[in-house]
Amino acid sequence: MFERIIEEAPRFFTYYNLMFVLGAMWRTLLMTLVGCSIGFTVGLGLAVLRRTSAAWLRPARYAAILYVETFRRIPFLVVLFIVLYFIQPIYSGASLLAIATVAVCLMSTAFLSEIIRAGLESVPRQQMESAEVLNFHPGQTLAWVILPQAWKVILPPAVAFVVMFVKDTSLASQLGVVELTYAGKILVNKGFSPLLGFGAILAAYFILSYPLSRLGAHLETRLGTSRNT
Amino acid sequence: MEYDFQFAKVFTELPYLLGGAWLTIQIAFIAFWGGAFLGIFGAIGKVYGGAIARGAIGAYVVFFTNTPALVQIFFLFYALPEAGIVLNPLTAVLIGMVLNSAAYLTDILRAGIISVRKAEIEAALTIGMRPLQVLSYVMLPHVAKTLFAPLSNFFVWLMLGSSIAALFAVEELTGRAINISTSNLRTIETFVVTASIYILLTIIASLFLSFIGRTVFRVKAKVM
Amino acid sequence: MGHLEIRNLHCSYGADDILKSVDLSVDRGEVVSLIGPSGSGKSTLLRSLIGLTPPRMGTVELDGEEINYRNRQSLRHLRDKMAIVFQQYNLFQNMNVFRNVTVAPLKIKKRDKGAVEKTATELLDRVGIGDKHQAYPDELSGGQQQRVAIARALALAPEILLLDEVTSALDPERVNEVLDVIRDLTRDGITMLIVSHEMSFVKEVSTRVAMMDAGSVVEVGPPEQIFDAPKEQRTRDFVGKILRH
Ligand SMILES: Nc1ncnc2c1ncn2[C@@H]1O[C@H](COP(=O)(O)OP(=O)(O)OP(=O)(O)O)[C@@H](O)[C@H]1O
Ligand SMILES: [Mg+2]
Repeated sequence: MFERIIEEAPRFFTYYNLMFVLGAMWRTLLMTLVGCSIGFTVGLGLAVLRRTSAAWLRPARYAAILYVETFRRIPFLVVLFIVLYFIQPIYSGASLLAIATVAVCLMSTAFLSEIIRAGLESVPRQQMESAEVLNFHPGQTLAWVILPQAWKVILPPAVAFVVMFVKDTSLASQLGVVELTYAGKILVNKGFSPLLGFGAILAAYFILSYPLSRLGAHLETRLGTSRNT
Repeated sequence: MEYDFQFAKVFTELPYLLGGAWLTIQIAFIAFWGGAFLGIFGAIGKVYGGAIARGAIGAYVVFFTNTPALVQIFFLFYALPEAGIVLNPLTAVLIGMVLNSAAYLTDILRAGIISVRKAEIEAALTIGMRPLQVLSYVMLPHVAKTLFAPLSNFFVWLMLGSSIAALFAVEELTGRAINISTSNLRTIETFVVTASIYILLTIIASLFLSFIGRTVFRVKAKVM
Repeated sequence: MGHLEIRNLHCSYGADDILKSVDLSVDRGEVVSLIGPSGSGKSTLLRSLIGLTPPRMGTVELDGEEINYRNRQSLRHLRDKMAIVFQQYNLFQNMNVFRNVTVAPLKIKKRDKGAVEKTATELLDRVGIGDKHQAYPDELSGGQQQRVAIARALALAPEILLLDEVTSALDPERVNEVLDVIRDLTRDGITMLIVSHEMSFVKEVSTRVAMMDAGSVVEVGPPEQIFDAPKEQRTRDFVGKILRH
């Protein structure tokens, strides 16, 4: 088998293939980052919503809990299929990349919302009460007191989650999104050895994921020991 | 556009889907215990091993936790035949998932070993206890406290993660859902029902695991 | 008419009635201390006065004006005049000392920056933290944090100050530095409601002492009465127990 690799290598390591893999890498990253950024924003909204106490928001709070608990219990692959078959009949022009990104949003909203909620809860209650009796609006309390203290608890697991999702987006290959995993299949279908094709793809994932996971580990130790946590 | 939901067509297939759910549980079980078996060696090696063992285990963990399980299995399934090893799909999936979960479990179990070390020190200070008492009153609580929740969550995570087996035509829950949807063409309904089964399955697993945690290991673990 | 009139105040957490008809009248410039066994509702009374656990029934009047705890405007107005210091975690952990003291006057009241900073500097000098403007709360001792918390409470020039066991989370050697600051404040004529277990301090600074038990005020009187000649059996029991320790 090594003969085959050595024989194929010059044909494989070409500028064209490099650009092809880089493009796929970009789409993997795009799905993850766009999906998780939106997921973070909406998740923050849900986490804040769950902390409200107004009676008229009760149905919304229950809906938020239901959403979070539901989507954390469905495989990403199943969510991908549901989103695909939901969106396609309604809006046939949607690109596969966009559809997969919507699925990432749905999942990451649920998971990140839980992470954010734990972070918000780590801030002592008296901090909010101190702000309240100084006549801070709830929004001011959130922006000036709670979030600045909570982000240190939120960030490490949030980064870890994003790292996990870089890998999970490989399932989007199933829809036909030309991200890294699909790119690997294409390379192998073109006749390259699976060892080379999937080997290169594994390396590409590693290049994306490893620095991010190091960053997460670094944040965890840095923020864990820094002052005013 | 009006969509006419027809769940009845899926409900008739419920027994077939539940059969798939049973395979899902089995796959998760094998991935968990296979991974735990390897992971114990990994964790012991990582803590007590020499520089070479530690380096090798570290590299293994870093590689498997930073690449997707799906591509790892593709690699096993398509690249190993190059070396003359042909695996059937289920075997490839199982081997891939075991190797993958071994990496995560090495990390999780390492924390347990470190906690045992602390417990040993405590045990040394606890004079007048018989070995069995030391084990059940000192060691076990330590290990259970550090490990029970992460291990339980990991098991639930494996139940969901095992759905990638469907991409290799393994007929677990998601695989059977794909089969049904291609024949009855009620895709959304099929996958919504499938999702509900996953939700139910993981809720039951969570409840069961926290019950075991409370009664057997005396830990109040919040499982996913 | 008192500065603060509390009539028939009831308060509950869920189904538990915690305050069962509290009556108390506090005159302008008075220092009233609340004493009583743990769980008698002292903290709850202070919290409900400032609207953190809104009363279920009864009235609170400030300068003869009834406070509506369900009305935002009324609550804001109340909190402009009333400040509270808790036992712990008072200071915003993400802001330095100076920011803690100036944030409300600057950002909430939108007062002139120069004037706010001048007041803050004076207040911090007064509580003995003049040299630590840039420090963050976790770089300070508990006693220093509480003194900053008092300065922050005073930065909006409240008419009424509520202090809930502000020394009980402190090391014994830090207690006095905080008590000194409070003692100093009592000379300003600011109305104060103090919950404290430091009985000799209570005796010294209070114009009156209110004994609470099981959610109501059972006896109010000058310190001499409460500590030396209590009229109520429950006060006698409590004071006897405390002073024996
Ligand atoms: N958040 C809460 N939820 C439910 N019950 C509460 C809550 N806070 C206090 N309580 C109850 O209210 C009662 C009065 O509590 P409170 O804190 O006012 O007492 P206290 O007089 O301040 O006691 P201590 O001297 O221990 O501070 C207690 O029985 C307590 O258990
Ligand atoms: Mg109290």
